[in-house]
Amino acid sequence: MISVANQASVRGHILVDHLRVRFGHDRSAVEAVSDVSMAVQPGEFVSIIGPSGCGKSTLLNVVAGFVPPSAGQVTLDGKTTDKPGADRGMVFQQYSLFPWMSVRRNVEFGLKMQGMEKSQRQSAARTLLGLAGLLGFENHYPEQLSGGMRQRVGIVRALATSPQVLLMDEPFGALDAQTRVVMQQILTRMWQRFRISVLFITHDIDESIFLSDRVYVMTARPGRIKAEIPIPLPRPRTPDTAITAEYLAIKHKLRNLISEESLKAMGGELKDGGLGGFDIDVGPQGVAELI
Amino acid sequence: MHTAPTLDYAVPQAATAEYPSLTLAPPEVATTPEPDTTSTLPGWQRLQRFAAWWRAVAPGILMTTLSLGLFIAFWYVATKYRWDFYIRFTHIPSPGEVLSNAANLVHSNKFYHNMGMSLRRILLGFTIATGLGVGFGLLIGQYRLARGLLLPVFEVLRPIPAIAWVPMAIMLWPSNETSIVFITFLGSFFPILLNTIHGVHSVDPVLLRAGRCLGAKDFALLHQVILPAALPHIFTGLTIGMGVAWVSLIAAEMISGQFGIGYFTWEAYSLIQYADIAVGMIVIGLLGLACSGGIRLLGTLLMPWVSINTKGGRP
Repeated sequence: MISVANQASVRGHILVDHLRVRFGHDRSAVEAVSDVSMAVQPGEFVSIIGPSGCGKSTLLNVVAGFVPPSAGQVTLDGKTTDKPGADRGMVFQQYSLFPWMSVRRNVEFGLKMQGMEKSQRQSAARTLLGLAGLLGFENHYPEQLSGGMRQRVGIVRALATSPQVLLMDEPFGALDAQTRVVMQQILTRMWQRFRISVLFITHDIDESIFLSDRVYVMTARPGRIKAEIPIPLPRPRTPDTAITAEYLAIKHKLRNLISEESLKAMGGELKDGGLGGFDIDVGPQGVAELI
Repeated sequence: MHTAPTLDYAVPQAATAEYPSLTLAPPEVATTPEPDTTSTLPGWQRLQRFAAWWRAVAPGILMTTLSLGLFIAFWYVATKYRWDFYIRFTHIPSPGEVLSNAANLVHSNKFYHNMGMSLRRILLGFTIATGLGVGFGLLIGQYRLARGLLLPVFEVLRPIPAIAWVPMAIMLWPSNETSIVFITFLGSFFPILLNTIHGVHSVDPVLLRAGRCLGAKDFALLHQVILPAALPHIFTGLTIGMGVAWVSLIAAEMISGQFGIGYFTWEAYSLIQYADIAVGMIVIGLLGLACSGGIRLLGTLLMPWVSINTKGGRP
């Protein structure tokens, strides 16, 4: 549809190869990610889902270049991701807009860092903000926006430098359910328009199905890839997609996979927490029913 | 230099056509300011508004007047009847004497010269302290090497009050004037330095990560992200620093000065012009008040985003 589509679709290939991340030294070392191999194809939307503390954010931080791998490697289009850069746009769970900058200047920040001149920056920011339905809020400060709008600005800011991939760390986790659904639709449209690869971290099963082409399920700590589930649901997906048999079958499968892991994580916590002797003898299926 | 993202995505119209609902995303906050209807209100309604406003502010005004009035009344009574019960008011000038002396001094060029000298010293010392304090603070806060090399020296010097430097300063600097500016600088430097370091350390790490993801390198990060993020703390340092600067200046002027409002006050004591002491003190208070007010004003001008929460509305 647009020139950028063809151009960008050949880039944005993330390859995670036998990645291992350990924090600390020797005996006190904690393994956060254990032998993870996975890939995001150019233009693909991939989610990673898993119980909290499973190392999925750590995995994302290695791709972003914030955390060095202890073993294995992560590449983006063949280049090792050893430090952060504007080729990987990142959207954080917490609000990460610069509070001292207007919405427009937040969006322009990455372009300014690249040395783009002011008038070009401004028109780029306008276009992007228009796409996200934020025209008219350009001169507001982040403090004056609702949570959903702030995250939209966050996405637009990450897209401004034309990155090859978008890394998203539970970006809608702090939003209420209704705003979250709207945000998922906006994100899907932005993704289709930019033909960009997305690596999306979440713990929300519905969110992962609604958004993704493929979902990786991670195990409880230390995080491994437990399963890789393709989501062949046709697009555009609407709220009605969520009541089709196909959708429900996928959801059922994912839920079982995840509740097994949550149970493991929780079992560990319960033992750690001094509830010795408390034995969970409900099968994973049984817990799935409870949840 | 940068050409790639020259807007492959610069197609707003097409976008609206293709994805109509993109533009439908509703604005989730209503920030429309209330229309200003005051001019169209009938008279009695305007009067009611005024009455409501008056009811809100009147107690504050009343209390302030009462508080200051009682203070001056006590001063007047104590000096008039020569209070001499442990505290001695026998030689203390009365409010009336102070007022008439002040009225005379308004016409004195020498007095303005003294005020000007003090302000000049404050401005010089404080500006240098701000530059060095913020500069070193950013470096020490951000870089381990700077911290390791500089902080121990500052930690050793910090507990020494600026006044204790007076004899040393007189030996160190070529002129009396420079040593007074130096004392003023020393007084304000440490609060500014420490608050800047604290400000750098309390920058939300997610902002640093966001900055680096967007391509900000070391210096850009320091200048574009860390400095503005630390600005509220820096301004706390400036406010405290300004207070200490005045303390140090007045003491330095009293000890080693020529000219200046501190010198004026001390000279008045030596010359037994007791009413002038009070005038000097009051002027010092007013100048200090004006200086911290100036910093507060500068703060709101430089950090419009900080006051948004309390004001609501657009900047």
